[in-house]
Amino acid sequence: MADYARPQTLTEALRLLAAGPGRVLAGGTDLYPAAAARLAGPIIDLGAVAELSGLQSGRQSGLRIGALTPWTALAEAKLPPALRALQQAARQVGGRQVQNAGTIGGNLCNASPAADGVPPLLAVGAEVELASALGTRRLALSDFLRGPRRTALGADEVLTAVLIPDSGLQGRSAFVKLGARSHLVISVAMVAARLVVQAGRVVDAAVAVGSCSPVAVRLPAVEAALRGALPAEAVDRVRVPDVTEALAPIDDVRATAAYRCQAAVVLVRRAVAEALA
Amino acid sequence: MIRFSLNGALVDVDAPPTERLSETLRERLGKTGTKVGCDAGDCGACTVLLDGAAVCACLTPAARVSGRLVTTIEAETPELSRLRASFHAHGAAQCGICTPGMLLTAADLLTRSARPSEAEVEQALGGVLCRCTGYRSIIAAVVAAGQGVLPEEQAGGIGASVRRLDGAAKVAGDSFGADEWPEGALVLRAVRSPHPHAAFAIGDLTGLRSRSGVAAIFTAADIPGRNAFSVIPPFADQPAIAASPARFRGECVALVAFEPGAEPDLSGFPIIWTPLAPLATPEAAEAGTPLHPDRPGNLLVEGRVVRGDAARALASSAHVVEGTMTTGFVEHAYIEPEAGAAWMDGDTLVIRACTQAPGMDREDTAAILGLPTDRVRIIASATGGGFGSKLDLSLQPLIGLVTLQTGRPCRMVYSRGESMTSTTKRHPAEMRGRIGCDAQGRITGLEFEGCFNTGAYSSWGPTVANRVPVHVSGPYLTPAITARARAIHTHGPVSGAFRGFGVPQGALWQETMYDRLADKAGLDRLEFRLRNALRDGDPSATGQALRAVGIHDCLMALKPHWTRALAEADGRAGRGVGVASCWYGCGNTALPNPSTIRIGLAPAGQVILHQGATDIGQGSNTVIAQIASQALGLPLTDFHLIGPDTALTPDAGKTSASRQTYVTGRAAKAAAECLRAEILRRVNAGEGATLSLSGTTLAVRDQGTTAQIDLASLPPDANGHVLTAEASYDPPSSPLDANGQGAPYAVYGYGAQMVELEVDAALGTVRLLKFTAAHDVGRAINPMLARGQIEGGIAQGIGMALMEEYLPGRTENLHDYLIPTFGDVPPIESLLIEVPDPEGPFGAKGLGEHVLIPTAPAILNAIRHATGAEIACVPALPHRVCEALP
Repeated sequence: MADYARPQTLTEALRLLAAGPGRVLAGGTDLYPAAAARLAGPIIDLGAVAELSGLQSGRQSGLRIGALTPWTALAEAKLPPALRALQQAARQVGGRQVQNAGTIGGNLCNASPAADGVPPLLAVGAEVELASALGTRRLALSDFLRGPRRTALGADEVLTAVLIPDSGLQGRSAFVKLGARSHLVISVAMVAARLVVQAGRVVDAAVAVGSCSPVAVRLPAVEAALRGALPAEAVDRVRVPDVTEALAPIDDVRATAAYRCQAAVVLVRRAVAEALA
Repeated sequence: MIRFSLNGALVDVDAPPTERLSETLRERLGKTGTKVGCDAGDCGACTVLLDGAAVCACLTPAARVSGRLVTTIEAETPELSRLRASFHAHGAAQCGICTPGMLLTAADLLTRSARPSEAEVEQALGGVLCRCTGYRSIIAAVVAAGQGVLPEEQAGGIGASVRRLDGAAKVAGDSFGADEWPEGALVLRAVRSPHPHAAFAIGDLTGLRSRSGVAAIFTAADIPGRNAFSVIPPFADQPAIAASPARFRGECVALVAFEPGAEPDLSGFPIIWTPLAPLATPEAAEAGTPLHPDRPGNLLVEGRVVRGDAARALASSAHVVEGTMTTGFVEHAYIEPEAGAAWMDGDTLVIRACTQAPGMDREDTAAILGLPTDRVRIIASATGGGFGSKLDLSLQPLIGLVTLQTGRPCRMVYSRGESMTSTTKRHPAEMRGRIGCDAQGRITGLEFEGCFNTGAYSSWGPTVANRVPVHVSGPYLTPAITARARAIHTHGPVSGAFRGFGVPQGALWQETMYDRLADKAGLDRLEFRLRNALRDGDPSATGQALRAVGIHDCLMALKPHWTRALAEADGRAGRGVGVASCWYGCGNTALPNPSTIRIGLAPAGQVILHQGATDIGQGSNTVIAQIASQALGLPLTDFHLIGPDTALTPDAGKTSASRQTYVTGRAAKAAAECLRAEILRRVNAGEGATLSLSGTTLAVRDQGTTAQIDLASLPPDANGHVLTAEASYDPPSSPLDANGQGAPYAVYGYGAQMVELEVDAALGTVRLLKFTAAHDVGRAINPMLARGQIEGGIAQGIGMALMEEYLPGRTENLHDYLIPTFGDVPPIESLLIEVPDPEGPFGAKGLGEHVLIPTAPAILNAIRHATGAEIACVPALPHRVCEALP
């Protein structure tokens, strides 16, 4: 394969990948910062594959987000309130420049523990669609992310879409991100919470925390405690151990592990409150 | 071949498909208005529009632009024109390196939202970093561009907010160190130590030398002169290229010159590293083997000031506080990494690079290369921020060496990582001491002990060690003081000059102690400072009788704001108000630092100002010209500036120590007065005559009669002047004795800042609400530029207080090393106080460094006021604030 290929269709891209190893280039906002003067090839540039970009309601139900959809398009799309957390996150990935270029699929494949897109997608029960020349498979996002910078993506596969089931499109969500400055923040901790309220009760809850474990995680104990709550009492139902026992933060240049645990609890409560507001 | 529309014209370019668009634009298409600050999407300097949308050119594959529209700063669009005019009018471009990226990002915004609000501007431009302005003037400029209203230009000399004379170039994409190079220039790359301390052996280079594209390789053995430099010559200890061992991570150990167009690939460079145990902290270093054999205990310099008996004064004081303060390395983080080019002009080695000190560059580069000084010429490029670090040599001897040895032109551009690892930092400090006062709250005595990690080489360590004890009393009458500061070598980055030379660290300790002492004395914190503020005639800690002391006026100017802010904060959880002061001596500490200015009239009817004071964004090109214009009596519009260039401009010294407005300003005033006297003498006109230039005719009107001088008829001298004058000025100061007593500076500037903030106690985060900054500038030569300095200094102080800490090996980029962004700098109300100094030009004092000193302590004091948290270590990251909460 040549050092660089710019396929026009997904089929062509998959054929190239099947033929030999290649690095898939989406928005470039993670590959270039890690590169020296040039990108080490061979590179398969998906930039011209129009079918991978954009949002569409699912064939039967749910929402399909093309993997190459940039953050700006997500932020500016008209989406249900369940995806407000994703839209809030989209406005905080780097600056406008990065939001115009960076893609949601690239964010997932890069698999940073601090990936802004992950908690909001975990909170809507997202799946990812992976395609190769041999066919297509679907994986829960939580199964796709295997660790820091590790995913279930095969060498011959492309992440083609993020799929959000109908159930994930219910309710309202909120995203809160914590760092030491206003913009261009790689978060110390971040939380997405989605709550479904019916007849004055929380009937479903999904809460996910990023930057506080090797991969972002859902908080099942918190979610269980929230179910059945009156909105007014929801925040008080977030118990410290239900948050911290699900996390495995590290000390790094941005914060201590102990602080991350403490902050995560605060952020979970604030995200829950904001989702209910 | 990639075909696309560039600024409206169709272009074809043959570039590798994944080449960064920034490189394609700059290297293949000559569009050097696109600046590169990080190559990682962290700074936004390289922003261009792709089909109208802002993207980082450094993250964009060249092939992606095929068939699309690319807009760079070289374009003319209605939005860009409006924005350029507005940036210029608002002083929103200081050094100008971030300006192209700012303008294009703002142009994208204006096409989406024609009249954006401040909040929209902040959100839209949040991806572009600026290190000079503090962002407020940029926000104002974009909002005004949307509304189509620009402030009227003020004409005139001293006191007028004249627009920056180099401002048009800044908003067009100025020419910085990386932006000009001779045809065929070799491209240099440095091999740098990956270890803080390591022995190394360079293997056989013949294989590499014969590799295609490699032109030449140089090591320490190839340095023809003295391979040791320092900004203070007696301390010369730093090699341009190190021989084994390397003493800090990032030290240059070899240099490879590549043919233009070749891949500058250092892989396979034959070198074997043997890591050695580093002395990482001053504590370890004081007990360890000296890095430099003649400096036992790794002590570079100890500065001390002793006046009266501080221990006795403290023993009999009504109230005494004792405490510590620790600070870390701070990176200058100018958006322009070091860059420059070199070539031979006959026998003369010419170096064009970013710098703050062309004269020093010339002397040190000549010594390293074994050349007489007059065979080296330094041309200062536009400099994209400096803040102290570009005082030291960086690439000048490296590019000079290659051109000298090969006879070929060459160029070098540091990567962001190279810039951060290899250049100087603010000194980390460990400070402790006691301050006492009497029952009425009058300071009785102060004891201070500071240990400053000066890193591997001397740089400005001696200056820091000497400045800190002189200034650590703050601008307060302190009858008894014992202050000691040691600069200790470690295997850390070289600590050098950074806006304030250690004084900001000392002020963090002193001003936070003052708040605790005021509480003990039962006094309002501002009142406590007013009670102790220095007055005219008071002796400083060095026993100097002070004059034109403006601190009382500054604190009084804050008083109504203080009263209002305390009332507003009262009873509101998390709200706090803090205040801190500064004083700072302008110019070198008890050492000569002359400036010389030449001014002349050209036969074509222009005033030629040979202006050698490098303008790194602070505004000397404009301020020095304003002073000269006022003293000469001809308008600025008649002026043409030359320099800085060691072949064309007399030495105006370095841009440091807040000295240019004062010292070079005095030289400019003297030169202009001398030229004026010469003109008046020629036509026998009196002192009150008015001058005007029209074509080649200089008219001198005096008491109703007008004499004319036809400049074209006079013989020009070697500089092309028909009438000329040159003058020097050196601040009168006296040496300090063994107890640090003497008059180290002729002029001091004063200031006080107040901050209102809100602490989120659950997370330890701090939201700044407003700064009110009162600075005694003696005389505001250009109020707009003075405000720009205040806003920029506050932004850097915010960084130091809340987020900045350079950790070698861990924060060597602009996403792990955090500097303030849009949104981190709140509204700033600047109060310009004018207590004229009899020594300053038209009364002016220095300002550039003063503005950073009070910011961080004011923030810590406000956090304590809000929460009770006493923070003794900066930056006050959220987890540290939480830990300090009572």
